[in-house]
Amino acid sequence: MSPTQIAIALWTLVHKEIKRFMRIWPQTLLPPSITMTMYFIIFGNLIGSRIGDMDGFSYMDFIVPGLIMMAVITNSYSNVASSFFSNKFQRSIEEMMVSPMPNWVILAGFVLGGMARGLGVGLIVTIVSLFFTRISMVHPLLTIFVVVLTSALFSIGGFINALLADKFDDISIVPTFILTPLTYLGGVFYSISMLPALWQGVSMLNPILYMVNVFRYGFLGVSDIPVVWALSAIVAFIVVLFGIALWMLDRGKGIRS
Amino acid sequence: MATPALSIRGLTKVYGNGFHALKGIDLDVQQGDFFALLGPNGAGKSTTLGVVCSLVQKSAGQISIFGIDTDRDFARAKYHLGVVPQEFNFNQFEKVIDIVLAQAGYYGMSRSEALPRAKRLLGDLGLWDKRDGSARMLSGGMKRRLMIARALMHRPKLLILDEPTAGVDIELRRSMWEYLRRINREEGTTIILTTHYLEEAESLCRNVAIINHGEIIRNTSVRALLTELDTETFLFDLAAPLEAVPQIEGFEVQQIDGAQLAVMVHRGQRLNDIFAALGEQGIEVVSMRNRANRLEEMFVTMVEQGNADLARAAAAAEARP
Ligand SMILES: Nc1ncnc2c1ncn2[C@@H]1O[C@H](COP(=O)(O)OP(=O)(O)O)[C@@H](O)[C@H]1O
Ligand SMILES: [Mg+2]
Repeated sequence: MSPTQIAIALWTLVHKEIKRFMRIWPQTLLPPSITMTMYFIIFGNLIGSRIGDMDGFSYMDFIVPGLIMMAVITNSYSNVASSFFSNKFQRSIEEMMVSPMPNWVILAGFVLGGMARGLGVGLIVTIVSLFFTRISMVHPLLTIFVVVLTSALFSIGGFINALLADKFDDISIVPTFILTPLTYLGGVFYSISMLPALWQGVSMLNPILYMVNVFRYGFLGVSDIPVVWALSAIVAFIVVLFGIALWMLDRGKGIRS
Repeated sequence: MATPALSIRGLTKVYGNGFHALKGIDLDVQQGDFFALLGPNGAGKSTTLGVVCSLVQKSAGQISIFGIDTDRDFARAKYHLGVVPQEFNFNQFEKVIDIVLAQAGYYGMSRSEALPRAKRLLGDLGLWDKRDGSARMLSGGMKRRLMIARALMHRPKLLILDEPTAGVDIELRRSMWEYLRRINREEGTTIILTTHYLEEAESLCRNVAIINHGEIIRNTSVRALLTELDTETFLFDLAAPLEAVPQIEGFEVQQIDGAQLAVMVHRGQRLNDIFAALGEQGIEVVSMRNRANRLEEMFVTMVEQGNADLARAAAAAEARP
């Protein structure tokens, strides 16, 4: 395909993905907005006022970046996982497979679609947070960079999940049993400096901790861990997972008998 | 001869569970042809087409589409190929128009080019009025036509349809046939369809390959096939070996071995004439049977399946209040 044709194919797919989650917004955009508003009210406002400061910031200011990140992660992941799986389930993935569109374009299209939803929900949550606190960003470019990378990473994760899934249950296992616990334990609600040394060490094995921390660093200028480290780790994860996803697609794993 | 639209060599497919669905298929379909791949359920028709359009991974063999080896450059080959699968494979919740426009997009066709094309194809196939409804609201026949429109968006030179008229009522079937004939005639689109109805192949196609148990057992013109189907071969065991093949006026005679003859009998010919001729030549027949014919066996299976289909349809119609 010529570069123009590739651009058209990619845009077709991304546009379709965006249309999909916009069409079903009560399932895709509304619930995370409501959940996050609850978190702000309960943890930020009601309980937060009794907790006092965390790393030198009000509890509300401390959890805002973490909650935005949590919304971005779960929405990026579940958008691609459910959209790609439903394409597999309805066999409409065949529309793409019989076309000359290269596999990397298919992968990129779904990933960009997932990012659109993840970042879109992130933006909604950010706007909601403005009703509760005034947020400022110390390093705006870094903040945006990190959230975009994180969204990409989890979109790719959702894609791999959907390729491996045989039934709808299979796409909720990872979010329920892996993503949610790792996010909760990833320093969204507390600073790991509060933990005993052993648990600080264990926490360092949690990749989500790095993303939340760098993101928070972008907002507040404080982080539990070195920023450059975290960024390199995210980029490395993206490269490796993209490679794995593409390899699986090329092999026809889960989509070609 | 011009490059074939589709050329298949030594194609085998072993599914993950160890099942040999295709056992070394060779097939050529010439440009401009209207070709039927005819065989009973489970023969390997969908598997063959699946491999051609990359939905099924082949185990061995080569495929080229308009001379392009799919192992070398499948992407380029796919531009020439339009696919109408056996089962509905579009997103039921999408709008009809969105489905065909997206398909054009996957081939890199710009929207300004795709829109008029969609209008024309959906119009021709009687779906333009339905364009803004979601695909799940369409009747079975309309869904099938939607898949035809979708397959034609990028102007493929080769259209393959897997059992396009399954579940389509007679009225619609005729109009679909008419449409396919038209694009074959007017636009020169090469068409390959699979079917388990002989009548469908008979009324639409020029050439036919017959597939059963993963093997091509005949590859011929539809006319020759019909003649062959009207013919039976009888084996005559003789009392004494013969020196030379006897002549029987109006019949084709083969000597199998010294004391056995094979005689082809067309519909309407009389066995009595054979006995009379042999008797005149002093040849004594001990016994006679008709030769088991793979083709015939297959058609018996197909006819039984067809009857089962009909019975099922009738039962369904009765069950309806
Ligand atoms: N994914 C699969 N795994 C294992 N066997 C399969 C698969 N798909 C088809 N088959 C078997 O391969 C044979 C040929 O199937 P198919 O090509 O669909 O036949 P047809 O289209 O002629 O009815 C059948 O016996 C079918 O059961
Ligand atoms: Mg079939």
